[in-house]
Amino acid sequence: MATVSEPPKEAFRLSQLIYDTRYRSMTIQIVALVAFLILIGWLISNTAQNLADLGKEPSFRFLGESAGYDINQRLIDYNNQDSHMRAAVVGILNTLLVAILGCATATILGVIIGVARLSKNWLVGRLMTIYVEIFRNVPVLLWIVFIMAILIETLPPPNAFRGDDPDATMKLFDTVAITNRGVYIPDPVFGADAKDEKGEFLEEPVGWRVGLGDFPIGASRDNPACESYYATEGPGAGEPAASCGTFQVSLDLLLVLAVLVSGFYASHRIKRRADRIQEATGLRPVTWYLRLGVVVLPFAITLWALGFYFAYPELRGFNFQGGTHMRNSLIALWLALSLYTAAFIAEIVRAGILAISHGQTEAAAALGLRPKRIMNLVILPQALRVIIPPLISMWLNLTKNSSLAIAVGYMDITGTLMGITLNQTGRELETVLLGMLIYLTISLIISAVMNWYNRSVKLVER
Amino acid sequence: MKKTVFLGALTVAGLAAGAAAAGTLDDVKARGKLNCGVTTGLVGFAAPDANGEWHGFDVAVCRAVAAAVLGDPTAVEFVPTTGKTRFTALGSGEVDMLARNTTWTLSRDVDLKFTFVGINYYDGQGFMVPKALGVSSAKELNGATVCIQTGTTTELNLADFFRKNNISYEPVPIETNAEGQQQYLAGACDTYTTDISGLAATRATFENPADHVVLPEVVSKEPLGPLVRHGDDEWADVTRWTLNALIAAEEMGITSANVKEMASAPGSNPEINRILGTEGNLGEMLGLSADWAVNAISAGGNYGEIFARNIGENTPIGLARGLNAQWTDGGLLYSPPFR
Ligand SMILES: N[C@@H](CCC(=O)N[C@@H](CS)C(=O)NCC(=O)O)C(=O)O
Repeated sequence: MATVSEPPKEAFRLSQLIYDTRYRSMTIQIVALVAFLILIGWLISNTAQNLADLGKEPSFRFLGESAGYDINQRLIDYNNQDSHMRAAVVGILNTLLVAILGCATATILGVIIGVARLSKNWLVGRLMTIYVEIFRNVPVLLWIVFIMAILIETLPPPNAFRGDDPDATMKLFDTVAITNRGVYIPDPVFGADAKDEKGEFLEEPVGWRVGLGDFPIGASRDNPACESYYATEGPGAGEPAASCGTFQVSLDLLLVLAVLVSGFYASHRIKRRADRIQEATGLRPVTWYLRLGVVVLPFAITLWALGFYFAYPELRGFNFQGGTHMRNSLIALWLALSLYTAAFIAEIVRAGILAISHGQTEAAAALGLRPKRIMNLVILPQALRVIIPPLISMWLNLTKNSSLAIAVGYMDITGTLMGITLNQTGRELETVLLGMLIYLTISLIISAVMNWYNRSVKLVER
Repeated sequence: MKKTVFLGALTVAGLAAGAAAAGTLDDVKARGKLNCGVTTGLVGFAAPDANGEWHGFDVAVCRAVAAAVLGDPTAVEFVPTTGKTRFTALGSGEVDMLARNTTWTLSRDVDLKFTFVGINYYDGQGFMVPKALGVSSAKELNGATVCIQTGTTTELNLADFFRKNNISYEPVPIETNAEGQQQYLAGACDTYTTDISGLAATRATFENPADHVVLPEVVSKEPLGPLVRHGDDEWADVTRWTLNALIAAEEMGITSANVKEMASAPGSNPEINRILGTEGNLGEMLGLSADWAVNAISAGGNYGEIFARNIGENTPIGLARGLNAQWTDGGLLYSPPFR
């Protein structure tokens, strides 16, 4: 039996903190941390002191005051009487909108271009190389301004659509208007039987397909905008006006989404069943019409029952009305950010694919897989592991680059909170700190989600 | 000093100003140059010519101050600012004064901590539209797309005007006047709104100015004037009285042509003598030389001369004196007495 003899316990001496390598590194770190905190504290107190001398003590009270300015692109209702806080939220939503649109487009484009650049076709490969080099070697700000200038200078103004023999006409069977103020596309709406052709509520619905309407979160009877919501008769009874409540949820949309999700789930179950049968019997039942049916049929029936229709843009007064207005600023920013970032993503994708050894392709080919299937089933899934981490950085970059919105007057968070609000209230420190905090939060959320995804696709090693 | 360097790095430019706020007059004298914030380019008010030399109505105020303080109207560093950057530039000490058609409002004076030293142009906000649009009143602009410079009073007045008249509009925010002009001419907005003087100046640079009209409505009061940082009264006094000297000079008939001669010996009018430093010690009180006003007036002439040369009726901009006439002519210009 081996006995372990405890070494004699040595009393701890203070000098060990410096001379003992076990403690030294910790000592250094703690000293550095304390020094760092003192420095930060000193900077903060200094700033506060200087601001106090100027008579501008930091205060966030301005956030509750009425903003006084209007914002053109609003994803939630906003008017100039609302608070600076709400204006900031409108800005955040606009930032998120362009970030999401941009990331999606950039990724799709990037993957296509990255794969195409490896193409054996000489012309395709070269064209993609040219694309990548052009887009990643010119600053994104220039792309944004350039695309904006093209949109404004080359597209027709709305009044060119006027008259018997107009200079410009609407595209795609008169459903889309492309103007130098933006693109107007058909707007999906519910409640066909309750509205006239201009989208105004009728005195009495002409049928039962009136939709479920919107649900205002935080509605109150004291708010005059909510009058119609609490009313039981009259045009639009039960429907809140736009400024009723903090924000509104479209019940129609929720229902449609719910039906879609359950449809996909059912379709997934059918596929699993087919898999099981195939494994057991070797014969795969034909399920495509079933799978298609469970998704499409309930979806179509729900849409019809909710009175779904498209509101088409129409030239009325100075501008096109009805339809969804995608402003030039959004299009320019979205396009420029996506095209620019796609060039980088293409390189990442190419690197990811090249990182997979050629043996994999050959092995897959030996199993009799066709080239397209080799790419989709063997190469890309493995390449994804190499691609994801740098892809996260590109998405973060795109999100932060969206702050260049200011160059084309897109009202994102830099345009509202850190732009007009800063300027009209003179609260530089507060607004910029808030803005930094918001970008930090958005970025951290993106990287948290993507890191989680990355872990889930990572090779599981021993 | 080290403190401010650090601070500047930590906070936004504009916050370090605390330490630099006092003693602007001494700073300017020591530097031998006045840093003056102007527009990024608005012909008639402040714009560089082909040689890079700045000219204009607001530029003349900068030059007069430089002449009064340093004896040299060319000792000015012009700093172009947009509607949005101007206050940060002034607050941070990047410029010593702003002469950038800036409207005097309570919140800018009190909350943003600036001191307006006077008014050099009484203005109001208007709308410019192409004649072809067929609009004759701003109230017909329901649903129109409106170009506005962000960070201006214009933006707030516009919101008020449309709310008051219960009509809607689509704002297109822009950063500089040049951008506004581009969008407006391309038809990306139906109307351009800003101070009427600015509209006149912008229209004067169009290829066919006659194709555009300024609508009759004046939707706000826009008293435009130079401003300095709050809390440096000595410097505010210098700029305020330089502007007053230009206005008083017109009232008393002192012009760039006769100022040297009038200043060579005391004349019969004691106030003129006091302004020109041949009597009393007003210059000394301000911390300037005795001939400060002589220098200021020689720089570009009196207020009337500056107006006529840059934006008056004989220029392409063609603004009438209107409210900006001397009080003796039924206008609002009224300099307090020099004594
Ligand atoms: N008076 C208003 C507006 C001043 C303003 O920005 N004016 C425009 C048009 S008159 C301008 O000077 N723009 C020149 C530039 O873009 O730099 C204010 O003080 O907020």
